[in-house]
This record gives sequence, C-alpha cells and structure tokens, in this order.
Amino acid sequence: MGILDFLKRKPEATASVARERLRIIVAQERSTRGAPDYLPMMRNELLEVIKKYVHVDLEAININFERDSGHEILELSVTLPDGKPAAKGATQTG
Amino acid sequence: MTAEIIVVTSGKGGVGKTTTSASLATGLAMAGKKVAVIDFDVGLRNLDLIMGCERRVVYDFVNVVHGEATLKQSLIKDKRYDNLFVLAASQTRDKDALTQEGVEKVLDGLSEMDFDYIVCDSPAGIEKGAHLAMYFADHAVVVVNPEVSSVRDSDRILGLLASKTRRAEKGEGPVTQHLLLTRYNPARVAIGEMLSVKDVEEILGIDVVGVIPESENVLTASNNGIPVIVDTKSLAGQAYSDSVARILGEERPLRFVEVPKKGFLQRVFGG
Ligand SMILES: Nc1ncnc2c1ncn2[C@@H]1O[C@H](COP(=O)(O)OP(=O)(O)OP(=O)(O)O)[C@@H](O)[C@H]1O
Ligand SMILES: [Mg+2]
Repeated sequence: MGILDFLKRKPEATASVARERLRIIVAQERSTRGAPDYLPMMRNELLEVIKKYVHVDLEAININFERDSGHEILELSVTLPDGKPAAKGATQTG
Repeated sequence: MTAEIIVVTSGKGGVGKTTTSASLATGLAMAGKKVAVIDFDVGLRNLDLIMGCERRVVYDFVNVVHGEATLKQSLIKDKRYDNLFVLAASQTRDKDALTQEGVEKVLDGLSEMDFDYIVCDSPAGIEKGAHLAMYFADHAVVVVNPEVSSVRDSDRILGLLASKTRRAEKGEGPVTQHLLLTRYNPARVAIGEMLSVKDVEEILGIDVVGVIPESENVLTASNNGIPVIVDTKSLAGQAYSDSVARILGEERPLRFVEVPKKGFLQRVFGG
C-alpha cells in the first residue's frame, strides 16, 4: 500500500449500517410490544403460505399490533419483491 | 415532602449505570440536595467501590428489607459530602431476597428521613432486580452506548418504564425519561464508525439529557473510589455536571460532542 493509498483510505462507515438496522428492528419491536407471544411463530407460518405464491423472505412480512380501548388490531403487510405484481405472482408461481 | 426517586437503568450490562449512579448522586449532593444512592445489584456489590466506601459497609439493603438492621445503621455517609449516603447491595443473598413490599418500605423510610432524591442503581437485564429498581421511580436515566445492542435494549427499557412501573399501573403520569449517551467518541463518529448523538436520538425518538465522552479518567476515578464528577478537570466529570444540571431543569449546551479543533499554536507546540 503506497502512501497515497494510505492517505486516501476510506474508513468503514459502518455507523450508517447500524443506524438503518436499528431503525427497522426498533420500529418492528415497538409495533409488537405487548402483543401475544405467538406472533413470531405466526409470522413464520404465514411466510410458508405466502411463499407458495410469491418469493419473499421473513423480513418482507411486517406485523403491527395495536391495542386501543378494548380493541386489539393485528395489521399485516407484505412487501412484494420488485417487478412482481401480486396478482401475477399469485397465479403464475406456486 | 416525599423524595424523588430516580432509577438508573439500561437493559444491557456494562454500559455505565454504576458509574452514572455514583456521579448523579454526588452531583445532586453537590447541588445541595440530600441524596441516598441504593445498589440494587444484589449479589454483585459494586457501587460501594465506585463511591469509595467499600470498607465501611456493615449492613446492606437486604438487611434493611428483612428488618435485620435499621436504615440509620445501614446508610453509609459519604466522606466528601455530608448530605450524601450510600446503601450497599448484599453480596451473600440472591436476587430473590428483595421483594416489592420490602423495597417500598425502604423507599418510604428514606422519604420520612427527608431525603430529596433517591438514586437507584439498577442491575443489568430486565428480570426481577431491574424491575424492582424501576418500579417506584418518578424519573429514569436510561444509560445507552452508541452501539447496536445497547440502543435496542434501551428501547425495550423505555417501553417497560411506560408500562411496568407504579406510575404507569396507577395512572399517576409517566416516569420522566432521560436518555444519557455515554462512552461517546466524537472522533469515531466524525469518520462514520460510530452512531452519532442525532442517530441515537432519532432511532429512539427522544432527546439526550447528556453525552458523556469515552474517557480514561473514568477508570482512574474508579481506581481511586472517587465518582468521576468530583474530578472537575476531566471532560467526563464536566459532562456529568452538565447532565445533572439539566436533570435539575437547567439549560446547558451539549459539550464534548465534536472533535476538538486544535488551534495553530497548539498544533505546533502540542497540548
Ligand atoms: N465514559 C466512560 N469512559 C470510559 N469508560 C467508561 C465510561 N463509562 C463507564 N466506563 C467503564 O465501563 C465499565 C462498566 O461501567 P459500569 O460498571 O458503570 O457499568 P454498569 O452498567 O453498571 O455494569 P453492570 O451492568 O455490570 O452493572 C467500567 O469499567 C467503567 O469504568
Ligand atoms: Mg452496575
């Protein structure tokens, strides 16, 4: 490694990676705080079902749990992969 | 007058709770308040060492809870400040030695003795000891390091403070939350190697009450059994002073969060 390379050496800016990972996991954990214990297992089983139609992985399935004045709301969203509209994926694959 | 109860907690272990409890309690005492600091880490007594009173422990927190000693007998008066007292953790009992009723009795006893503040140094984790340390709190200092697992754990603790405390259960208004970012290294933040103050504030959705730089003076202070806040020349000590002032309601700008820019002469002659 020459001295110029050394001077130009970029530090590994891993803080931005940490920030993004934390944003996602903290948001997810907040949304399921106080939720029933079966959520992670349910999420996994849902993945198995969805996979029959579209190729997604566990990170694509978002579960949101809310409790307000006696109601408990379970909200589920699935981020589909780029370029594969839901309907097409559902009819053609699987 | 009832005492204000402040828990120092974090979830993750080893982030600086005991260091912070010692400096917070001492800082409040320096501001003229009557303060007791309690070590809730039953089984692992540490606060006495950081406060420099380890050889004067006769009775501990568990002794008081079990009625084996009075509060008066068990409180250790600080060598530097007359209005500062330490209640040590037991080394010989296990964590089940503390009960909610027992802890409440001790806190009520301290209130009757006209303490202004009771600082509770929580053990790591989210189990019984940590739960008891936070249960009766009016204020919480959540200690966090700029590091992924610490940030995530502190978010869980913030959630527990909002749900699993006496204030939450009785609807007495929320526990005041103070986020204290410690072991901060501005040089590593500047080159993108470490989460910044802003990153941590954005992820957790609350502002910091203070930032304590990573500092070798912390080890020196603990070697000597002197809370680092007493070392008014050290940056960590000054940062703790600022933080205590802010907790008491004063406004102070954040310091020591930028890489110090050396002046021309300093660069030439060092220093
Ligand atoms: N600002 C700082 N700069 C450098 N070292 C620090 C700083 N704050 C704390 N430390 C060091 O980190 C270590 C852990 O600190 P401390 O015992 O206060 O953590 P803790 O959260 O109480 O740990 P535990 O969870 O085991 O109770 C100690 O060696 C301490 O000296
Ligand atoms: Mg500790």
